[in-house]
Amino acid sequence: MCSERNVCVVVDGVRMTAVLQQPGYDEERLRQAAEQLPSREVQAGMLLSLMGEPDQYSYPSIFIYGHQASGKSYVMQVLLRELELPHAAVSCVECVSAALLFEHVLRSFFGDDAASRLPRSPSLSDFVRVYRQQCSQSPAKQTRYIVMEKAELLRDADANILPAFLRLQELVEDNITVILLSEIVWDKFRPNTGCLEPLLLHFPDYSKGELHQILSRDRHPSYSAELYSSYINILLGVFYSVCRDLRELRHLAALNFSKFCEPLLEGRAKETDTHKLWRNIEPHLKRAMQTVYLREVSSLQWEQMQQMEEKECGALRGLSAHTHIELPYYSKFLLIAAYLASYNPARTDKRFFVKHHGKIRKTNFLKKNEKTSNHLLGPKPFPLDRLLAIFYSVVDSRVAPSASIFSQISSLVTLQLLTKVSHDDQLDAPKYKCSVSMDFICAISRTVNFDIIKYLYDFL
Amino acid sequence: MSTSSVSKGCFVFKPSAKKKRTLSLEDHFTQGCEGAKNSETRFKLCQDLWDKIKAETEVLQDELYRKILDSLLDFTRKCSSTRQHSDWTSQMRASEIPTAALVLGVNVPDHDMTFQSLSELLQQSVSPFVASVQAKECGALKQLMKRVLERLMDTVVTVEDDDEEEEEAKQTSTQHHGRVHCSLGALCDWYSCQTKKSSNGTPGKKRSSPGGDGQQQPPVVIIFKDLEAFSPKVLQDFILICSRYIERLPLMFIFGIATSPSTIQHMLPHSVSSLLCIELFQSLTCTQHLATVIDKLILTHHFPFKLNAKVMQVLISIFLYHDFSVRNFIKGVQLALLEHFHSQPLSVLCCEKQEALRNATQLGCKDLERIRTLPSFKRYVEKQESQEQESLLRDDAHLKEVCQKLLKDLCKYHKNYYPTLRCLHALTSSLPRYPLGKQVRELHLICMEKNVWENEEYQMAMKLLKMLAKDELMASLQKCANSLESVKSKEMKKARVRLRELLAKFQQMDAPEAPVEDPVTSPVRDLQKKTDLFQLQKTLLEMNESRRAKKLSPFELLRNEVLEFIDSLVKNHLSPPEAQTLYEVCYYSSSATVRRHLNATPRMSIQAALSSPYYYLQNESLKTEGGSVSSAAPDICIAYKLHLECGRLINLYDWLEAYATVVTSAEGADADGLGQVDEIKHARFIRAVSELEFLGFVKSTKQKTDHVARLTWGGC
Repeated sequence: MCSERNVCVVVDGVRMTAVLQQPGYDEERLRQAAEQLPSREVQAGMLLSLMGEPDQYSYPSIFIYGHQASGKSYVMQVLLRELELPHAAVSCVECVSAALLFEHVLRSFFGDDAASRLPRSPSLSDFVRVYRQQCSQSPAKQTRYIVMEKAELLRDADANILPAFLRLQELVEDNITVILLSEIVWDKFRPNTGCLEPLLLHFPDYSKGELHQILSRDRHPSYSAELYSSYINILLGVFYSVCRDLRELRHLAALNFSKFCEPLLEGRAKETDTHKLWRNIEPHLKRAMQTVYLREVSSLQWEQMQQMEEKECGALRGLSAHTHIELPYYSKFLLIAAYLASYNPARTDKRFFVKHHGKIRKTNFLKKNEKTSNHLLGPKPFPLDRLLAIFYSVVDSRVAPSASIFSQISSLVTLQLLTKVSHDDQLDAPKYKCSVSMDFICAISRTVNFDIIKYLYDFL
Repeated sequence: MSTSSVSKGCFVFKPSAKKKRTLSLEDHFTQGCEGAKNSETRFKLCQDLWDKIKAETEVLQDELYRKILDSLLDFTRKCSSTRQHSDWTSQMRASEIPTAALVLGVNVPDHDMTFQSLSELLQQSVSPFVASVQAKECGALKQLMKRVLERLMDTVVTVEDDDEEEEEAKQTSTQHHGRVHCSLGALCDWYSCQTKKSSNGTPGKKRSSPGGDGQQQPPVVIIFKDLEAFSPKVLQDFILICSRYIERLPLMFIFGIATSPSTIQHMLPHSVSSLLCIELFQSLTCTQHLATVIDKLILTHHFPFKLNAKVMQVLISIFLYHDFSVRNFIKGVQLALLEHFHSQPLSVLCCEKQEALRNATQLGCKDLERIRTLPSFKRYVEKQESQEQESLLRDDAHLKEVCQKLLKDLCKYHKNYYPTLRCLHALTSSLPRYPLGKQVRELHLICMEKNVWENEEYQMAMKLLKMLAKDELMASLQKCANSLESVKSKEMKKARVRLRELLAKFQQMDAPEAPVEDPVTSPVRDLQKKTDLFQLQKTLLEMNESRRAKKLSPFELLRNEVLEFIDSLVKNHLSPPEAQTLYEVCYYSSSATVRRHLNATPRMSIQAALSSPYYYLQNESLKTEGGSVSSAAPDICIAYKLHLECGRLINLYDWLEAYATVVTSAEGADADGLGQVDEIKHARFIRAVSELEFLGFVKSTKQKTDHVARLTWGGC
């Protein structure tokens, strides 16, 4: 399926422009659209040929997939906008109910009163009915398009939505095409009751060269295009291995460009001293990769840091550096008990927590047929009784079983240090899991002078 | 009652409000109150005092959070202003939603107040559009959206001046987003409409609000009070949706975080967190918060009401061991306050000095009798001469006079106690291993329990102080003198002057100190010359001797003088309150009550109720001695008592027979009827067992037929 027919690549000098061709559309508009779609000429051409001429019926549904920021919605948006085709763009994440989806589609095609004709909590057939009513009043002269972003969320909606939208053309008897955009392949969508197979179209990731070409387009107005292009080159050299998201790269480029220009402004280097500029920016970019890219440090703070002196930067700690949590004394012990209950097999409790546990044969006890460490398998659920029994035996003083001990357990759950495994309705013997890390619990037990390693089966 | 409904069904009728005569707080207070005569005055005193304490804590809270709130407000202002820039960088940057991560600590109940004041401040100074949401009301995305929209639009509806419009707006809005417009698109339209209105409309209130032209586009602030409790999915979707509208709607988030900021990363994947521009704000820890509250509320003579050592201990241990909640601590103080005024008739004297003196003159003879029975007063009487004793016990007028004098003394004691406490704390808080505690409250507890100078730790601290070097000691003394700076009491002023003098002496010593060192260092210099072992030993011994016998250096002399002065200060002013006469008037001492109210033990009370029903039912026939249960006790108590004697599995039939025996003996039936099980007894038994099952003492088991399993251990 090659669409050489629709795309003609003209190479003149360094600049490369692709021209989209499709009968039925204005040449000038096509040229403008093509200019806005660098490195996506092939896909755009393919789409155009699928769409056909404006008044022709098109295929009922097209499914476009590709990674994040591979230009799916951008291409659709540019084509539909530049060619002035009637369309409705919907983001499925926003449509918390089917009603919102229907309403949005009707409003963009027929205006507000059409949307208000929908009954309260409309069903799909209500939508089809209203659509047909409206459609008979104003029949389509051109193909209408519904673009649905994040289409994977349609799978969680009512079961009939996805199959119905795939063949909406037949249902409403109108010239309408539904275009689904998703990051997931079609195979994961197919409902088990069967449906009309849409046409599949893949948007591949941008290559490094393409990224470079696209990013170089938005150059800073007061610097030359070459300088910006070389800057992008350096940026890609650092970030390309970890991030290929165009949006993110553009964001990073904007954040760090002022630092790149610093030597130029101070007169330490000229635009042509690429090596000097590179030496200046490279460590800076590496640090950006560990901080601002991971959102450890917000972009606002990053900009402030750039203005500060080098040595002060160290003072700013990222988000994950703050892991210390202050807890009430008994909460700490409850958490420790929960950790022990989660990572020790229940049969070993006697060995750890009963003072005169009698003879437990060592070989028998250390039955390492559970060869894999419990820490590799993750926390196991335990009942409340066991948690409390361990708690009372590890806490050094006598504690009355007061209501606040129990309320501390539930507040640990809301703090997400424990997780409730059993259903909320089960009041009798609820089950929990401990969801904190080994490092965290070690830090906690150090503050209460409790040697937790001694009590862990894995470390015996 | 009748309804207009045609159909059959259950209808709820709210009781008409008129019928019930609502009891005022005061009536509740006077009911069952000891010494009802002056209960009104006591109630008023109690109320006044509580209002004062409340106001004080609120001011304190505001002050404590001022810094963090200020920086937060700065952040919001900065964010809303950078949004309007149009230079190259901000155009190229992906538009992130500014987000403040506010780390508040695990004492979640305290957060409400903070968020309350935060949203008020935001509304006053940054933007009228503030909505705060809690996790428990937003289980799904739909609900979250609905709440946010409702709160935002409602806040503005109330701001509207025109009443009719308000009504209309309310109606249409409820109609709409109940049904269709529950989307951010609707919010956008509404927002642009609002901002247009405020900029075009009459130069009303909004224009004049601080912020100037940055106010044209006030941000829409959404506060997530408890981030951890939100479902990650809902949050992610919400952020995704919001980021689609960020161009049109200047949104801003505030995340209230209880644990640590890394939860954001646990909850949100990179694709979502990259849409946020997160800045961290860390509030001060709750222990610091408590320390300031205690400092301002407890360790001051401004409030006549005091807690004794045990009550303090209970409140502090609830805080440290259980909840870390300052709000609960203050509630505990309130409870103690209420209990004190409720149960102690002499609390009428627990108020400001002048008022207390006035109240003392108006004491009735019953109250005077109460004073005579106070243990502290008895002790006082015993110390007096016999004639004086006589008149104290007989003459009411004389007693009133003495009372006034004693109250004055008590007042003076408090005025001197707290400064001295701080003074001692300033000295000892920097000692290694903190013999007298790190915090003032620990020292306070020690002082309240018994004479602090008899304490081992105190002597240890004094020893350590004697070893301090000059600059350390001077720094401590400086702190000490500073802590006395603002005190008005006469004796404390004297003490301050004295301390200043001593400090000045230390400073003067600087010059002549150099020659003092000489005799010590010279033999050391000699040492290098001598290599003979015997000689060396000899000189070393000599040196030791000389050092021991050596006259104290002026510094050491001065140091001892200072420490003696401090010691005398402590001995004069830091005696425990129990040693003061009439301390019962001000000190609340029933720690058991406080504990029972604040740290409930449901299981223990159930067990107490079951094993000794007399405790709750107060029926004479239930009174028994030892662990036995009267056979007249309720069925469940008998069943409970019998089940304690069994092992892990209980045979139901045996249990039933034992039960029947006990019950028939209670009915006083003749011998041959003993142990007969009739239907009624059977039914009663079954009900008792199922009640026990409901309370969680037994449960049915499949291990053995006709058996139930015990769920508790111990007993008999």
